[in-house]
Amino acid sequence: MGTESGAGSWKPEVSEPLTPQSDPDATRRSVAAGADIAGLVRRYGSFGALVLLVVYNVVFTPNFLSLGTLNANLTQVATIVIVAVGMTFVIATGGVDLSVGSLMAIAAVLAPMFLVDGEQFGAPAIGLMLAIIAPILATTLFGAFNGALVTIGGLQPIIATLVLFLAGRGFAQVIVNGELQEFRNFGSPMVPNFLFIGLGEIAGIRPQVIVMVVIVLIAAWVLRATTFGRYVLATGGNASAARLAGVPVNQVKFAVYCISGFLAGIAGLIVIAINRSSDPSSVGELMELNAIAAVVVGGTPLTGGQATILGTFIGALIIQLLRFSLIAHNIPDGITRIVIAGAIVAAVLAQRQRTS
Amino acid sequence: MVSAAVPDAYSESETTARARVVSAIQRQGALIALIALIVFGVVRYGENYYSVYNIFDAFLNNNSYYALIALGMTFVIMTGGIDLSVGSVAVLAAVMAARLSAYGLAPALLGAVLIGLTAGLINGGLIARFALQPFVVTLAMLLGARGGALVLSENAPVMVDFAKGFPQLGMLHLGPVPLPLAITAVLYVIGVILLNQTRFGRHVLAIGGNEEAARLAGIPVGRTLIAVYAMSGALAGLAGAFLAALSFSGSPTGAVGWELSAIAAVVVGGTLLTGGVGSVGSTLIGVLLLGLIFVTLNFERGMGTFQLSSFWENVIRGVFLLIVVVFQSRLARRLET
Repeated sequence: MGTESGAGSWKPEVSEPLTPQSDPDATRRSVAAGADIAGLVRRYGSFGALVLLVVYNVVFTPNFLSLGTLNANLTQVATIVIVAVGMTFVIATGGVDLSVGSLMAIAAVLAPMFLVDGEQFGAPAIGLMLAIIAPILATTLFGAFNGALVTIGGLQPIIATLVLFLAGRGFAQVIVNGELQEFRNFGSPMVPNFLFIGLGEIAGIRPQVIVMVVIVLIAAWVLRATTFGRYVLATGGNASAARLAGVPVNQVKFAVYCISGFLAGIAGLIVIAINRSSDPSSVGELMELNAIAAVVVGGTPLTGGQATILGTFIGALIIQLLRFSLIAHNIPDGITRIVIAGAIVAAVLAQRQRTS
Repeated sequence: MVSAAVPDAYSESETTARARVVSAIQRQGALIALIALIVFGVVRYGENYYSVYNIFDAFLNNNSYYALIALGMTFVIMTGGIDLSVGSVAVLAAVMAARLSAYGLAPALLGAVLIGLTAGLINGGLIARFALQPFVVTLAMLLGARGGALVLSENAPVMVDFAKGFPQLGMLHLGPVPLPLAITAVLYVIGVILLNQTRFGRHVLAIGGNEEAARLAGIPVGRTLIAVYAMSGALAGLAGAFLAALSFSGSPTGAVGWELSAIAAVVVGGTLLTGGVGSVGSTLIGVLLLGLIFVTLNFERGMGTFQLSSFWENVIRGVFLLIVVVFQSRLARRLET
């Protein structure tokens, strides 16, 4: 059974029954060709909702069409999108990563350690590089730990990542004894350069927005056009069939948790740069739920086997814009949450009718 | 008696007995750990450790919220589902109870349970009737119920009305046993009976074992699922009422992460997240074990053996969960082969 014989080569050639939700044939048809109407509506349904939200705001929200508003929304949504991209890969394999918020907190407490006094690393610039590389490396390794628990340990993803959800934030708090660290108290001359990640401007655009766009584009390409991307979907569609078809299922699963950890680390650094401080108790709080919500609203089912990075991006934008619209019209926070909850249910209901 | 077969049969039964002991140790790992921890505590810390007040009021009563939520979660998980909304629903119910406490104990208690039940019915209805995934539906309810709590409380903790008797819920004792604990104990007994002695209990396990097969066998899958989520919601509502009564207020920001603590307790007890198997008793053991670890740590800290900050608690909880689930999955694999 060849694994490289073109698109759809992983199509299971065994007579194993497939559940309706994870029928990889339907996935291929709707994702690749988009020939049938259901596929078209599925692809553009969430996009349509986003357009409606934008139109509503253009008409009813004062000063909506300004660079400031656009920047504010994109800045706020950047970290959620970045984490949700990793979550999309994990969910595409049929898993879930509850640890992302805690991993962000770990990155958040590690980065300042290298900015305290860059002198000990020879040059301040090395301290800056370490402040960026070391935390991301650490969260990627923690992601690898998640991946090992799921693959080698054979644990269910919810339980496997629940371990670091609990212990990860604990680690972060223990490292700094739970204390908030403010960057203005740091000695390194590189602090302004570090803060540039979240507070700088490149041609009027915040760096984290650029980072977000780059990550979304790369991830969309990886999922759509690479062998790895096809392996991810095959693993989520039917792991045992994929394994029989020659897909290295365990390596793929391991890799997606590493990706998720890697992206959570980046998001953690952005958050502390925006805040000008690092609080192990609050960085990344509830991020796992926000990211999962963005993925689900974007049209990626939690059953795995299907995924859309662009959809996740749109899903995060929908939630962000919904929140922005309600706040702009002075709707209380409580109502806002109820509306977002309703939107999540509406999104999965709509997707269900289209798939069935 | 002195036939040649006897030694053989004897040694064979000895090996199976040893296998049984090994398997029992693994299956009852949580119970054994719990007993070991209790013995260790009694020996090391003496009378303070097992004083009536410490056992009933400080320890058991304060774990009654988790116990209630974990009870509902056990049934949900046995159907192969999950209920992420319980913490938010408990908070919504706590605010409701505080709001209704001006009308007396019964309306406040009833209001809290009813709003929890309603949330659970919505969860169950969406899951059963529209075939939506429990994870997504209850995630939405997690957000929605928290939003409801914020609206109902107007973003600030609602103080309980002391004049109308609601705080009695947290203060009354039946002998040495505080009322919330007594109610929790009764509900656990009902839970055991429900699971082991009724058709409903068998339906729950059948659905978790194989939902499609259960449907084909004529089991009312939809109704059973709705009942299970409604139960989880109502128990979360009751936990919310206890929370309001014991803390004298309904705060919209409390009970964050309760759902994951409850799931951890269920898993530590030995119920598999895949559904189809589980027991109410093992969940109780899981709740007690996770609770007792912290009591023991506190005692140890009190003796000045080490100076661990409270931030270590989550690390220890996570590591403990890890040890237990790795242990369990190895057992599960061995049972399969």
